[in-house]
Amino acid sequence: MPAFINPTVVAHLVLIFMVMNMLVLSSAFMVWMERKVCAYIQDRVGPNRVGFEGLLQPFADVFKLLLKEELIPKSADKLLFTIAPIISVAAALTAFSVVPFGTETTLFGLLREPLRLEVTDVNVAVLVIFAITSMGVYGIVLAGWSSNSKYSLLGGLRSSAQMISYEISYGLALAAVVMMAGSLSLREIVLNQSGYWWHIIPKWYVFLQPIGFLIFFTAGVAETNRAPFDFPEAEQELVAGYHTEYSSMSFGLFFLAEYVNMVTVSAVATSLYLGGWLGPFLPDWLGWVWFLLKTLALLFFYVWMRWTLPRYRYDQLMEFGWKYLLPLAILNLIATAALVIWLG
Amino acid sequence: MNPILFYVFAAVAVISSLLVVGQRNPMHSVMLLIVSFGGLSGLYVLLDAPFTAVTQIIVYAGAIMVLFLFVVMLLNAHTEDEVVPPTLGPHGMKVAVVLSLALAAEVLWALSRVGAASFSTDPNAAVAISSVARIGTGIFTTHAFAFEVTSVLILVAMVGAVVIARKEH
Repeated sequence: MPAFINPTVVAHLVLIFMVMNMLVLSSAFMVWMERKVCAYIQDRVGPNRVGFEGLLQPFADVFKLLLKEELIPKSADKLLFTIAPIISVAAALTAFSVVPFGTETTLFGLLREPLRLEVTDVNVAVLVIFAITSMGVYGIVLAGWSSNSKYSLLGGLRSSAQMISYEISYGLALAAVVMMAGSLSLREIVLNQSGYWWHIIPKWYVFLQPIGFLIFFTAGVAETNRAPFDFPEAEQELVAGYHTEYSSMSFGLFFLAEYVNMVTVSAVATSLYLGGWLGPFLPDWLGWVWFLLKTLALLFFYVWMRWTLPRYRYDQLMEFGWKYLLPLAILNLIATAALVIWLG
Repeated sequence: MNPILFYVFAAVAVISSLLVVGQRNPMHSVMLLIVSFGGLSGLYVLLDAPFTAVTQIIVYAGAIMVLFLFVVMLLNAHTEDEVVPPTLGPHGMKVAVVLSLALAAEVLWALSRVGAASFSTDPNAAVAISSVARIGTGIFTTHAFAFEVTSVLILVAMVGAVVIARKEH
């Protein structure tokens, strides 16, 4: 047996495989949750035919998409048209690789070295997430351009402008947390949030950075192109925006990327502001349950918001991003810096 | 540094930058330039400078290239199907040759001055350089002047862009 096949390597490979599949499965689950919550908000029942309460509906949908014919428009740029959904999905799946979702574990003594519950621990994890998210925009922009259709192009243009505008606030909100934690590693940021004030209130950054959390989540919603900021695919104006010309599974890939991105933004927000896997009542090795619960709560909020708030107008979106969110983020950063210095 | 990985990343960076110049479609050029930045970023990781690597992706591959794409899409630049005669003219060509020779000489001179000695082999030195705190202190103390001058330069460019944009009204 070659030396590189040892329990640690195998455990890491299994971990990577699990995270990939969990992300894909969670996006299937999110589709179901979205349709169910939407249905209840609109006083309907929602999907309830395939599986228990329609839980298998997303799988039926994916199966249908896989069987559909793949169409590439005649005047499209074939290479970029094919690459675009791949970029979207790859960026979405990669971003999660630096998110820690639990403490170290030896799997009940099965492994000699403790295994960290995350795909990779980079000491600049926060920036890695930021970098990979900014790569995701290319999928949308290229899809919009290569389709050679006016609706797609407008969708792509809108999304690139939107992502550039909100990325700045997103980054500044991140910077405030990094300043407080004094580290760029997500694991250390989470560990910095352990403990309680007066034995009741957990020392999460959401209580120290309430404005930062709001900015981060708002910008995160805009970055993932979700309602009320879903301009790249505003149905009334743009048919379906950047993926108008896509069919079959390449359309499915954009869908997958959108949901995986939502999961990632929620998971990152959980790690940065809600104490990650830390929580009361459960033993340490079950920390990932807390992580899942917190992430799920944020994801529910995402869906809730979509079916509650109407879409902004495009100029309102730009005005909000540049004239309100950005100055607020800068003020928040300055205030945080002053506090960090003042309190040592 | 792993030599195989070095050659892979170096090849990606060099080949894709050569292809950038060779494309007729500006959109393909932009995409290849991003691939080239990715290769460079990989080299930074191999040099134990993850912060520089990530910054390379965020600033160049992320922010600046999105703006490039934006401009290409807005101007709706078409593929250069017809062969455009060179607009440089005979004098322009000469100037270009002289400038590129000067640049090549400059690079060679700089490389010969640096030599092999300054590439530290001390593993601790690399870790120290990669630490974000060290980079921050360096920028705001030793290199504070260069940092401020660069910000003024960017401010000038911004003011220039605003002036050009306003002229149309």
